[in-house]
Amino acid sequence: MSELLRLATAGSVDDGKSTLIGRLLYDSKAIFSDQLEAVERTSRERGDEYTDLALLTDGLRAEREQGITIDVAYRYFATPRRKFIIADTPGHIQYTRNMVTGASTADVALILLDARQGVLEQSRRHAFIASLLGIPHMVVCVNKMDLVGWSRQTFEEIRDQFRSFAMKLEVHDLSFVPVSALHGDNVVARSGSMPWFDGPPLLHHLENVHIASDRDLVNARFPVQYVIRPQQLGRGAGTGDRRPGPGGDPADYRGYAGTVAGGVIKAGDEVVVLPSGFTSHVAEVRAPGGAVLEEAFASQAVTIRLTDELDISRGDMICRPNNRPVLSADIDAMVCWFSDRSSLRPGARYLVRHTTRSVTATVETLDYRLDVNTLHRDDTAGGLELNEIGRVKLRAQSPLMFDPYRRNRATGSLILVDPATNNTVAAGMILGAEQPRVAPNVTWHPTAVQRSERRSAGLTVWFTGLSGSGKSTVAVEVERLLVASGRTAYLLDGDNLRHGLNADLGFGPADRAENVRRVGEVAKLFADAGSVAVVSLVSPYRADRNRVRTSHEAAGLRFVEVFVDTPLEICEARDPKGLYARARAGQIAGFTGVDDPYEPPDTPDLTLRPGHGGPSAMAQLVIARLGL
Amino acid sequence: MTYELSHLRALEAEAVHIFREVAAGFERPVLLFSGGKDSVVMLHVAAKAFWPAPLPFPVLHVDTGHNLAEVIEFRDRAVQRLGVRLEVARVQDDIDSGRVAEDTGPRASRNRLQTTTLLRAISEGRYDAVFGGARRDEEKARAKERVFSFRDEFGQWDPKNQRPELWNLYNGAHRRGEHIRVFPLSNWTELDIWQYIAEEAVELPSLYFAHRRPVFERDGMLLAVSPFVTVLEGEEVFEATVRFRTIGDATCTGCVESAASDVDAVVAEVAASRLTERGATRADDRISEAGMEDRKREGYF
Ligand SMILES: Nc1nc2c(ncn2[C@@H]2O[C@H](COP(=O)(O)OP(=O)(O)O)[C@@H](O)[C@H]2O)c(=O)[nH]1
Repeated sequence: MSELLRLATAGSVDDGKSTLIGRLLYDSKAIFSDQLEAVERTSRERGDEYTDLALLTDGLRAEREQGITIDVAYRYFATPRRKFIIADTPGHIQYTRNMVTGASTADVALILLDARQGVLEQSRRHAFIASLLGIPHMVVCVNKMDLVGWSRQTFEEIRDQFRSFAMKLEVHDLSFVPVSALHGDNVVARSGSMPWFDGPPLLHHLENVHIASDRDLVNARFPVQYVIRPQQLGRGAGTGDRRPGPGGDPADYRGYAGTVAGGVIKAGDEVVVLPSGFTSHVAEVRAPGGAVLEEAFASQAVTIRLTDELDISRGDMICRPNNRPVLSADIDAMVCWFSDRSSLRPGARYLVRHTTRSVTATVETLDYRLDVNTLHRDDTAGGLELNEIGRVKLRAQSPLMFDPYRRNRATGSLILVDPATNNTVAAGMILGAEQPRVAPNVTWHPTAVQRSERRSAGLTVWFTGLSGSGKSTVAVEVERLLVASGRTAYLLDGDNLRHGLNADLGFGPADRAENVRRVGEVAKLFADAGSVAVVSLVSPYRADRNRVRTSHEAAGLRFVEVFVDTPLEICEARDPKGLYARARAGQIAGFTGVDDPYEPPDTPDLTLRPGHGGPSAMAQLVIARLGL
Repeated sequence: MTYELSHLRALEAEAVHIFREVAAGFERPVLLFSGGKDSVVMLHVAAKAFWPAPLPFPVLHVDTGHNLAEVIEFRDRAVQRLGVRLEVARVQDDIDSGRVAEDTGPRASRNRLQTTTLLRAISEGRYDAVFGGARRDEEKARAKERVFSFRDEFGQWDPKNQRPELWNLYNGAHRRGEHIRVFPLSNWTELDIWQYIAEEAVELPSLYFAHRRPVFERDGMLLAVSPFVTVLEGEEVFEATVRFRTIGDATCTGCVESAASDVDAVVAEVAASRLTERGATRADDRISEAGMEDRKREGYF
């Protein structure tokens, strides 16, 4: 099965973005020969040494030269594994609006920089916009490596510099590839000139980056888009056959059509309809065209019927009674202003489009304007001009049902439409309660004890690795050593927690993500209380682990990631619980290392390999790394 | 359960979402239907989006009068099967009433005249949303066009002044007399279309599959012999096994030599093809590099 991946590219003028995209299209054979001939002809006429692949995607350059509005251009290519949609956006500051637009739906941000120039102000801006728009994966291509003698040191300096900046942003998955777009090194094929680079070439990375668990598959959200009632004759109906409704009298049919915005919905689920608050059960879920589905998940367009006849219309939200979005008319959001004809001012009124709702809203306050280059907050700003980003409070005429954008891009995004011109003047990312399950009226209650007043500073040591890698054995030893030395430490073992706290979770990507999130939250509580939380958890997906790291760092807590890098063959030979054998026999599906990927950390704080000795030698290494 | 959608299902879901947005937000939508494969796929997805209800809008065919018979037959069967209302806007009517003047000569084509007929039909029908089957991979100017593409009261597109389009929040706001062109298949490629046709067993006019017919060569393309084209001196008619990659006005839509007689064979051929479909078979697009952008501004499909 081939998956769809949306990619947003950003780079400054002449970093080689067009060349790189041209190279991807060319080397993956997405270029047709008539297009290529045209490019070769132009190159020849200009006397170029090489066929200038940048010409394949030169739409934006031409616009630039002609002084026309620069726009997002979409390009397509496919490999047997994936179909790619590239939103190609110009990188200059006056095109922030275009990058925001292209980034809004992207799974991966591809940021390009010139090896000779290193990390510039604009690279930081690109990273910031990508993180603001919640792009889950970021790949930094350090281009023109040929012009710096394929220098490993140059690449690593740029990588470290970029990474230290990205630490301040919410970037969960960050990778780096040294490339030469012009010569094709590390774009589709591995570079012969940079044998020191052991990561995959760009295309390989794009084909394999794990995107399935980026969607929110936990919190069920279904904004009703359209109510299907066949008994009301459609405006387009002719005299042809009328198809009967499915089962029973078509006069009773009432289907709620929409696109699942979060979680999983299946027949039998108890649901609540917001804002009315009526409850019912899902009677059936159908795909377009009527095929019955066992369940529907985020991004699927479906039609749902409920067991009770309720008055439901477009703009309502169907969700689970114990897991509701925030329902509020007061919205705290980051917005990017798009208009060059007007500016955003407190007191102004706009039409808000959010999920399937449209409501009028007033800008109550502009809290600050953010400098996209320095991230400096200017709280004296009186308005936002074209391409500016700021934090606002909106008051809507009727409540919206939303989640924070960082938890759900579908229920956390909005646009503002100017009623005077009908133009789209801003994009908004809703901030808000950090925890999804917090009821709207539950707020964080600060405690009277400061962390510094506690006996010792806590932290989390997180062991990740395949089943059978030896995580738990080392973790047990680490806990023992810590306690013996007088520290409070507590082992949180993934398998053990699945008996209680996580007994309701399975092993699908969404449940795994939730498992990691919960264990991360519990570890944070222990660490906050001054203990060393020792976590042993397969936690196969990089993005899930990085989220835990980010949330620790946001809380000012240390997070030490220990990668137990035992090769699969060894783990499988050990097979202490007989699980590999069962997975190979097809009795367990989605087993990490067998038919589900394990994504090793990019930059673990410590890597333990079999060569390091037995469990107690490894535990000593960990204790040394903690430096307590 | 891995909760992954194949790329075809993801594209279908996106298109379904767009159809439902329009049906919910506009007064009088209409779907442009020519019998060509993109419009057939568009109609197929539209019908699925509203199941089990009938399509909540009619379909419109802008008829140049220069059709191969198979296409009209197919069109009538398709709308009959789906029970939708078909409106036909005839270029001939605009020629008869003098609103447009027809080119003369053996190479004359009615392709450009369609714009006038289309805009007349939109204003007479007071349509506020018009679905088109255009794809962004077809051509440079289309690569930048929005899914919801605003048209002013003269039906014109202003590529310099498009509304930003984010997430799946489409802005269809417009005043009376203005309308929105909606392109649900924007992100599909020719190969996606064919793969979808194969997967869904979508019925197409027989012209899309290899068949024998008399053809002649002009400007490096094969044109079908029909009552609407004049074979010029030096152009030699011969019989060949061909299929069409697009279906448009018979005077300017070429065919390619091909033995692909069923969908799977066509998918294989398209996947291996090294020529864009417009580059291969559309004389109208060869006119100039900027051909499409100019025509789109005027209000063309
Ligand atoms: N030496 C070298 N030149 C490159 C490389 N990539 C791009 N260039 C050149 O850099 C210039 C700008 O590239 P282009 O792709 O047009 O940049 P864009 O403005 O980011 O789209 C062109 O002259 C390219 O040929 C590379 O990897 N090595």
